[in-house]
Amino acid sequence: MGKLVCNQEKVNESNIDELLKVCPFGAIEYTDGKVQVNAGCKMCKICVNKGPAGVMEFFETQTQKVDKNLWKGIAVYVDHVEGNIHPVTMELIGKAKELASVVDFPVYCVFIGHNIKDKAEELLHYGVDEVFVYDYKELKDFRIETYTAAMEDFINKVKPSSILVGATTTGRSLAPRVATRFKTGLTADCTILEMKENTDLVQIRPAFGGNIMAQIICPNTRPQMATVRYKIMNAPKRQSYSNGTITVCKLEAKKLKSQIEVLTVTKKKVEENISDAEVIIAVGRAIKSEKDMVMVQDLADLLHAQIAGTRPLVESGLIPAKKQIGLSGRTVKPKLIIALGISGAVQFVAGMNHSDRIFAINKDENASIFQTAHYGIVGDIYEIVPQLINKIKCAGAV
Amino acid sequence: MDILVCIKQVPDTSKVEVDPVTGVLKRDGVDSKMNPYDLYALETALRIKEQQGGLVKVITMGPPQAKEVIKEAYMMGADEGTLITDRKFAGADVLATSYTISQGVRKMGGFDLILCGKQTTDGDTAQVGPEMGEYLGIPHITNVLKIIDIKEKSMIVEMDMPDTIEVAEIQFPCLITVEKDIFQPRLPSYKRKLTAKDKEIRILTINDLDDKDEMKYGLNGSPTQVERIFPPSVNKDREIWTGTGDKLSLQMASKLRELKFI
Ligand SMILES: Cc1cc2nc3c(=O)[nH]c(=O)nc-3n(C[C@H](O)[C@H](O)[C@H](O)COP(=O)(O)OP(=O)(O)OC[C@H]3O[C@@H](n4cnc5c(N)ncnc54)[C@H](O)[C@@H]3O)c2cc1C
Ligand SMILES: Nc1ncnc2c1ncn2[C@@H]1O[C@H](COP(=O)(O)O)[C@@H](O)[C@H]1O
Repeated sequence: MGKLVCNQEKVNESNIDELLKVCPFGAIEYTDGKVQVNAGCKMCKICVNKGPAGVMEFFETQTQKVDKNLWKGIAVYVDHVEGNIHPVTMELIGKAKELASVVDFPVYCVFIGHNIKDKAEELLHYGVDEVFVYDYKELKDFRIETYTAAMEDFINKVKPSSILVGATTTGRSLAPRVATRFKTGLTADCTILEMKENTDLVQIRPAFGGNIMAQIICPNTRPQMATVRYKIMNAPKRQSYSNGTITVCKLEAKKLKSQIEVLTVTKKKVEENISDAEVIIAVGRAIKSEKDMVMVQDLADLLHAQIAGTRPLVESGLIPAKKQIGLSGRTVKPKLIIALGISGAVQFVAGMNHSDRIFAINKDENASIFQTAHYGIVGDIYEIVPQLINKIKCAGAV
Repeated sequence: MDILVCIKQVPDTSKVEVDPVTGVLKRDGVDSKMNPYDLYALETALRIKEQQGGLVKVITMGPPQAKEVIKEAYMMGADEGTLITDRKFAGADVLATSYTISQGVRKMGGFDLILCGKQTTDGDTAQVGPEMGEYLGIPHITNVLKIIDIKEKSMIVEMDMPDTIEVAEIQFPCLITVEKDIFQPRLPSYKRKLTAKDKEIRILTINDLDDKDEMKYGLNGSPTQVERIFPPSVNKDREIWTGTGDKLSLQMASKLRELKFI
């Protein structure tokens, strides 16, 4: 914790503009010859590091520190509907094992539901040391109060140092509630996680609505919490053996009460999901209208690909919202992705940079997508794509 | 029925750029607007009011200029607006933000229903709603797709879950976050625009809140810290091809064939 202090005597006509401008949030104000920081400040410290030298300073203030030795282990929340475990869970177990090996921690799972004990067994095949199971009929459906109560019980009992939660609709509802109950930090949609020797979890995500990554830590509270989207981390291989144990936990009856009653549960229609696609043609703002989509569709058909795109294309209605790739869309990890006329903003790249092969066509040789693409093709999509289609067709005919 | 909607002012993101040399965000002359997802929450509140009566109030936490979003909400039909602002809120992360807003909510009086947008376009965490629910001690449901029925003491909603759509009944008071497309937001009305200009906006600072402990707000009340910011990593294993369209399409076709995609 700490605060920003302005050395007012170092502010002058020549550097004040620079200082006001360096803040990406417009949080520095200059009134009556005095510099002040307003509520827009995100404490990114850009003003300290990149502003006029010596003007802004950051001071640490003493805060209560937790005893980190009391908090051990990395826990993964088991995301499921009626016992069907969401695959993001295995991916998080894989990451948890990596993180745990740095500080020699055990890996736990916390599994909340009804009639799930036999499903818990399966998790042990992925290298989990202990699965804590809360199995009650009141926990059959996800309801916020009862699931939070189970998490609270688990945290008080086990004292895990870090908790990883899949960024599904359930995870994104539960994790903030639990974090608040323990007055601790929660970082949403992390794309990179690392472990420090002192057990601080390093959480990295695209941030501030710009092309920038933020490295976030939670040094004074425990547990540390992070959500991670599906297809960001890698699931470990299932082993035929298992060494871990299953611990069935009790919850008092009063904690199983809820103000919510789930009336019906309907399975969603299975629809084409870009997260499962092996080949994707991704389109960006170079595509202007419906008729431009014809050539995209042709190429997609030839490569047996699904079509996806950037946020502006969703906003303009050219592709449906479910086909948006990126931080506020879906994460994809196909064998092949071809980006057509996409600039490569971090929020987009965060959703596709783990793909096996990335091709990108862009007429701007400085487009940042070329930092990510394995094959960067500098050119006009309206010239290249039709010719590519022809060449693939001809090859097919031969 | 009294409904509170949490709204936030966000930069018009399409205009944010990064200086390629310094890696610093450039926000010169960037306009601000209401977080687009909050428009859906506000629209939902206005529709419920039209059916059930009562008041629609809005609250926002931000710098003094965030007043603008309250005016925007007035133009759509909100009845009362509160801005919580204080220099001591600087550097607030999700936990501190939710705490501050929930302190403001307590000052505004009792509510049957609190509505939040699904997420913001700048913070993009979707966490503020659920965290406020915890601070206020009321149940919450996120990702609401549809309001099926409003009863005396409860409401029935449809929610989006990972693989299912669930219909649930939730007792008041409660908090819900709504999905985009729950209702089409109305445009601000010109008639209201005139009255909105002079309509009062209540301002709360830390001194007006029940909890005045500075350690709970802003950076001091934020468990997470930004350790550093940096440009995203560059893929080292890459090639750049230039040339005529004919050459490039040929090169691409042969590479795709080599990789067995065609
Ligand atoms: C919090 C937050 C979350 C976000 N989440 C997402 C997200 O999930 N997904 C997402 O996609 N975006 C997201 N964005 C938006 C993101 O920052 C970018 O604005 C967006 O990805 C840009 O889309 P684009 O590349 O299609 O458009 P542009 O940036 O406009 O790029 C178009 C590109 O096409 C090239 N081009 C134009 N014509 C041609 C042609 N004829 N041939 C070849 N190239 C051509 C141009 O050189 C340019 O590089 C988010 C933003 C914020 C702030
Ligand atoms: N500063 C704020 N003032 C008022 N409401 C907010 C604020 N920040 C977030 N919210 C509400 O919380 C929702 C989720 O925001 P976020 O967690 O930032 O994605 C938004 O859609 C708003 O309804």
